[in-house]
Amino acid sequence: MPDLSINFAGIKSPNPFWLASAPPTNSGYQVMKAFDAGWGGAVWKTLGIPVINVSSRYGAINYRDTRIAGFNNIELITDRPLADNLKEIEEVKKYFPDHAVIASLMVETREQWIQIIKDVENAGADGIELNFGCPHGMCERGMGSAVGQEPSVLKTIVEWVMDAANIPVITKLTPNISDITDPGLAAVQGGTDAISLINTIKSIVGIDLDSYAPYPVVDGKGTNGGYCGPAVKPIAMHMLRELAQHQKIKDTPISGIGGIENWRDVVEFILLGASSVQVCTAAMHYGFGIVREMETGLIKFMNDKGYDTIYDFVGKALPNVTEWKHLNLKHKVVAEINADKCIGCQLCYIACDDGAHQAIRITEGTRVPEIIDENCVGCNLCSLVCPVEECITMDKRDDGKQHVTWAERTDAGTIPTTFNDDLAGGKGHFVPSVKDALKHRKS
Amino acid sequence: MGGEIPRPIFYFSKLKSKPLAEYKKPTSEQEYLENFAQKKPLMNPTEAYYESSRCLFCYDAPCMNACPTGIDIPLFIKQINTGNVEGAAKTIFDSNWLGNACGKVCPTGVLCEGACVYNHQDVPPLQIGRLQNFATEEVIRKGSKLYEPGPANGRKVAIIGAGPAGIACACELRIMGYQVDIFEAKEKPSGLTVYGVAPYKITNEEVLDEMEYLQNMMGYDVHYNSPITTKKQLKSLERKYDAIFLGVGLGPTAALSLTGEKKDGVVGAVEFIEELRMEKHKVEVPKNVVVIGGGNTAMDAASESARMGAENVYLCYRRSKEDMGAYGFEYDLAVKSGVKGVFNVQPLAIMSRGKITGVKFIRTESKGGKLHYIEGSEYVIPCDMVIKATGQAKMGPFLSKIDGLELDNKNRIKVNLENYQTTHPQYFAGGDAVNGGAEVVNGAYEGKMAAKGIENWLNNR
Repeated sequence: MPDLSINFAGIKSPNPFWLASAPPTNSGYQVMKAFDAGWGGAVWKTLGIPVINVSSRYGAINYRDTRIAGFNNIELITDRPLADNLKEIEEVKKYFPDHAVIASLMVETREQWIQIIKDVENAGADGIELNFGCPHGMCERGMGSAVGQEPSVLKTIVEWVMDAANIPVITKLTPNISDITDPGLAAVQGGTDAISLINTIKSIVGIDLDSYAPYPVVDGKGTNGGYCGPAVKPIAMHMLRELAQHQKIKDTPISGIGGIENWRDVVEFILLGASSVQVCTAAMHYGFGIVREMETGLIKFMNDKGYDTIYDFVGKALPNVTEWKHLNLKHKVVAEINADKCIGCQLCYIACDDGAHQAIRITEGTRVPEIIDENCVGCNLCSLVCPVEECITMDKRDDGKQHVTWAERTDAGTIPTTFNDDLAGGKGHFVPSVKDALKHRKS
Repeated sequence: MGGEIPRPIFYFSKLKSKPLAEYKKPTSEQEYLENFAQKKPLMNPTEAYYESSRCLFCYDAPCMNACPTGIDIPLFIKQINTGNVEGAAKTIFDSNWLGNACGKVCPTGVLCEGACVYNHQDVPPLQIGRLQNFATEEVIRKGSKLYEPGPANGRKVAIIGAGPAGIACACELRIMGYQVDIFEAKEKPSGLTVYGVAPYKITNEEVLDEMEYLQNMMGYDVHYNSPITTKKQLKSLERKYDAIFLGVGLGPTAALSLTGEKKDGVVGAVEFIEELRMEKHKVEVPKNVVVIGGGNTAMDAASESARMGAENVYLCYRRSKEDMGAYGFEYDLAVKSGVKGVFNVQPLAIMSRGKITGVKFIRTESKGGKLHYIEGSEYVIPCDMVIKATGQAKMGPFLSKIDGLELDNKNRIKVNLENYQTTHPQYFAGGDAVNGGAEVVNGAYEGKMAAKGIENWLNNR
């Protein structure tokens, strides 16, 4: 049985599964239920100067029959009294002394930071998370993502906090920025113990076609919200990787957030450098019970790979995440269709013909498409659209002996630097004629 | 899905065969409707949303190619999925004027749904028929005017028969601006859709609602109880109209030439089903029924007898089970309704003593494709009623009144399949009278094609 426990910048937790600061951590009731269900930690719904929330707070993207592929909210920080929250934190710690309770904080002035840090420390919080990410409402008041988008301001506040805090501090970053390493570096320079990311992405999740207002509609109007859920996972993973590979940031523990719902997501985040993960949307969608699936899946993965602790594979994928210029230009794969598995939907054919490289043909009298090897650039599109598992596979065709990258060709001076078409990689690639394009045209 | 209502007493998991339904004789319309619960009940919006989400949007979709009217099925399913139900209905009606009836009565399992690629993956195919109804029912219920007649072109067409072919032809002609008069012998439109289809496939109301919707929208005239039977009437139509469409269907059940065939209690399947559809629970079906025939109509008649409370229904066919013309699923449905199949038996005579007492059969066997009687194997299946489902007579005697109208060797009207024009150029034809008896969808297609044929012919005359 592998050991799932973590020590995240001094915050101890029985496993890496934390609830992110959000509606599921709005009360002691919820956090205790979550710990009882198997979550190792919880980042409390952000505490601060009292706010008032609006009615109608969430919107979602449904993709066909998939509910909440993406989720959007315009809720602010907690609107419950600070005293109630502090009392409940204390109570949770009494019942669950070995679980991690992290207080998410968002205030404005140095005095307010000092005061609230003292409050949560007195309540028994194991750590603090600085909410520099909320991209709606609070940022209009100079907090949340307004801080995360100004690295120098962020650094100053982190310095204030580090000066005041006696427990570990996690700085939570906003993805609403062009280069995530700027605020990441500022947080490290300010002395933060750890970083968490991503907070939500500024978004308009949809427009009501009758009231002409964005969802969620609040009395005929709407505002941008923060986007999260499965749809944002790729963006989160990329930002995680950028921090985890940065020379001056990589030694700071990172808690990964963004669309995590199952054990595969958890493992992927860990492989990209996260040593704890935070979940919100999935818990809002399915309840706390989803942690059972995450835990059993993670254990099976670790058993299969022979890992004893989380730290055995934190960042293990990072060496393989590189820049485009270091990819092998001599690598060659070609699609192969398994005719026995093919059900004849021909989505691969039309996807390739309309959306890619015209490398699939249909022969009269059969529904099973055929790859035109010499046209196939190995783009994967057909295998991605195919509805049958393992029906279209990408077959390696190079002998593995040749290795040339763009960087190497640049160094060797063999890259095209003028409009010399003879050097185009796609020169000689077959493209059907204009007549072929219009063969279905109705006269 | 709704379907049959099996009696709970058979719920033993170890039973080898599926439990047979036992139907109580319906004594009210409500009980009748329960016994004939719809095979394809209407979907609710949630079911339609989830079901439509499954469609793969195949390229050159096999379902579309399998539809006799070529409905763009992936498109209408996508339209349902995106909340454009009216657009979906229009996609359906664009190809098939009887879109709602066909969604319910088409043998989708051997057409669109049978062609769905999911079948190759052992995944249930899309429920295309029910999705189709989800869209068409809504526009019919709301009376949404998806089409309007074209500007009058000054031409007039007479249509004989308000069946699927005639109605489809009328709608298509109205789009092109023709004035259309339909002459219908009976008092309701849609032909066998209301008079001849098994009641668990579609209700009378569903059929007639679509008819009313189409007529209100397209504005053709239907003259009910107006049979065209004489040469004089035909000559008059020829004078008054630019073209005439024959959608006359088939005639009554053909005679078998059996002793006792004229007795009370011997009925034709088509006539039996018509009475059932019109009179519902008021139709008396006795305890023991013999149905003679092996086609889809025989399956319907047998299944219906069982659902009307008959205790013993024997479906008797002169060849083997495999030789039956009926779809396998129709036979299965009859068996599940409680019908017993009896194969390789040829009826010899209908026995009676005052009233019918049974049917005398002789056993048969196939040798080299030829049917032989087995000598001395005669036996009697006792019964109180005999339903002959051995095919409908053709309309030969009537059709012979049209000069120059040629029939093929099976007494079907000969047409040019490009434009459905008959050998008398002013006459066009479609539906059962041309195809010998097929599905509603075939009639709908042929009627539409004939309308286009009429337009081309008149334009190029």
